[in-house]
Amino acid sequence: MEGNTEKIILSQSTFSSQVEDEKSEKEKIVVEDESHAVRVRKIIIAGQIIAGIMIIVLWEGLSRIGWLDSYYWSRPSIIVRTGWMAVSTGTLLEDTFYTAGATIIGFILGTLAGSMIGLSFWWSTIYARITEPYLVAFNAVPKLALAPVLVIMFGIGFESKAILAFLMTVIVAALAACSGVNSVDRDLEKMLFSLGAKKRHVFTKVVIPSAIPWMVSSLKINIALALAGTIVGEFISSRQGIGRMILYAGQIMDLNLVWVGVVVLSVLSIVMYLGTLWLEKWLLKNRKY
Amino acid sequence: MIKLEVKNSSKYFEKNNNVFCALKSTDMAITEGKFVSIIGPSGCGKSTLFNIIAGLLKPSTGQVLLDGKNIIGESGRVGYMLQKDLLLPWRSILDNVILGLEIRGTSKKEARKRALPMLKKYGLNGFENHFPSELSGGMKQRAALLRTLLYDQDVILLDEPFGALDAQTRLLMQSWLLKIWGDFKKTILFVTHDIDEAIYLSDEIYIFSHRPGCIKDHVTVNLSRPRNEATFTDSLFLNLKQKLLASLAEEQEQTMRS
Ligand SMILES: Nc1ncnc2c1ncn2[C@@H]1O[C@H](COP(=O)(O)OP(=O)(O)OP(=O)(O)O)[C@@H](O)[C@H]1O
Ligand SMILES: [Mg+2]
Repeated sequence: MEGNTEKIILSQSTFSSQVEDEKSEKEKIVVEDESHAVRVRKIIIAGQIIAGIMIIVLWEGLSRIGWLDSYYWSRPSIIVRTGWMAVSTGTLLEDTFYTAGATIIGFILGTLAGSMIGLSFWWSTIYARITEPYLVAFNAVPKLALAPVLVIMFGIGFESKAILAFLMTVIVAALAACSGVNSVDRDLEKMLFSLGAKKRHVFTKVVIPSAIPWMVSSLKINIALALAGTIVGEFISSRQGIGRMILYAGQIMDLNLVWVGVVVLSVLSIVMYLGTLWLEKWLLKNRKY
Repeated sequence: MIKLEVKNSSKYFEKNNNVFCALKSTDMAITEGKFVSIIGPSGCGKSTLFNIIAGLLKPSTGQVLLDGKNIIGESGRVGYMLQKDLLLPWRSILDNVILGLEIRGTSKKEARKRALPMLKKYGLNGFENHFPSELSGGMKQRAALLRTLLYDQDVILLDEPFGALDAQTRLLMQSWLLKIWGDFKKTILFVTHDIDEAIYLSDEIYIFSHRPGCIKDHVTVNLSRPRNEATFTDSLFLNLKQKLLASLAEEQEQTMRS
């Protein structure tokens, strides 16, 4: 008994001291807000920019003092000058739009078509089971190896590049949507049916929103694959595009111009990547069907 | 008046080429406006029975009559809250609750207008724009139950709605449910593992036997309403509890042995 009362007294005293603690803490209250996260993000972005500038400065410097052979490795200042020449007297801008256009069209159509294929699997298990292995098999085919066939089939124009970009993306998108469909919680479907839902309700209200994160996760890979498809198409045979410019520059041993092409492609892929990130965010935010 | 009738219903499943019986010739007659509980050992087919009544499963034999009409295989004729809360994580609480109305073709705007006062009245005030992941377990159950209620069918099936809650929250939710039941005058079928809960809430209790599940016992709870904490110490309550405990212990034993 005695021990018991002691315990009670003890706990009371710790309790009162806790209350005091709370009182004294009130004055220096710390609220978790976003300012810390924002600061960290600013530091990261600043660091990224500084690192980029340092790489360029190092490249320029090493090339000037002769540690890097500027014939092979070119030099940022020369690349800028050559690039400017290619814009003002050549067709660099048109080439860039050509490549970007084929990539983006192929990417959008491939992603849409692939997503529809993948989502359609939800409607019939039998159809899904029959189709799935072919999808996986076709995914394993190196589609770039088909490029010559496509160029002969669809000509050396814009279409063959867009189609190659499309082929590069469609299967990945379909497989991603397919995983999304497979991950749908059966109980959620059941719950909707219990509310009198038809299949189409379940599809729009549960299947699509459940699958969106899966589909979205494939976008970033797909934009890079689409660009690769376009460039290979241009390598095979083309009158326009950055890929053709690089090939041509290589043939006449103008390595500076090759570097211009590489830099433009890098910038292009970064810009498209950022665009995809934005699309990703938007899609995830707006899936409240 | 008899609202819902289950007639000689059974359900057989096939597993690894063995046919086994999940529910054996069950008969029930539920009077309109009553609160009826079902208790029984785990795996005895309670959820299976609910799935049959809700039209999500077809019974192997027998019939389910709602207002005298056969509703086998027709989903959406009764409100059904499944064993999990099953809120859509990408929808706000308000938009989750209006799901049933939306499926019926009510516009989102109209449905929200109708649901909002309910959320406010029944303990979700201020949470309408939160997402399910931001809510406590009890709150989620409330939202799921309000969704079922707003779907507005006369009969509501609740499959262990408070199974995952702690004892304290459970008590609160039980009173909350009784209040709602009083306000809406629904016929409720309620599955639980908790004998106290069953007695406290119900007018009648069905006890299911060990697998294959069938009705072993059917008792009427004559405790007066409204019920409160004092109900738990009523001698009628204690007698009934003892009886049910004994009855269920036999079944539990069989479950352990098998
Ligand atoms: N679709 C199904 N296919 C095969 N067997 C099933 C199916 N659904 C349920 N069962 C089996 O039927 C039996 C009864 O399941 P049920 O879910 O109805 O039990 P329960 O009484 O609700 O149990 P608990 O109290 O644990 O929720 C279980 O053995 C289960 O494995
Ligand atoms: Mg169950």
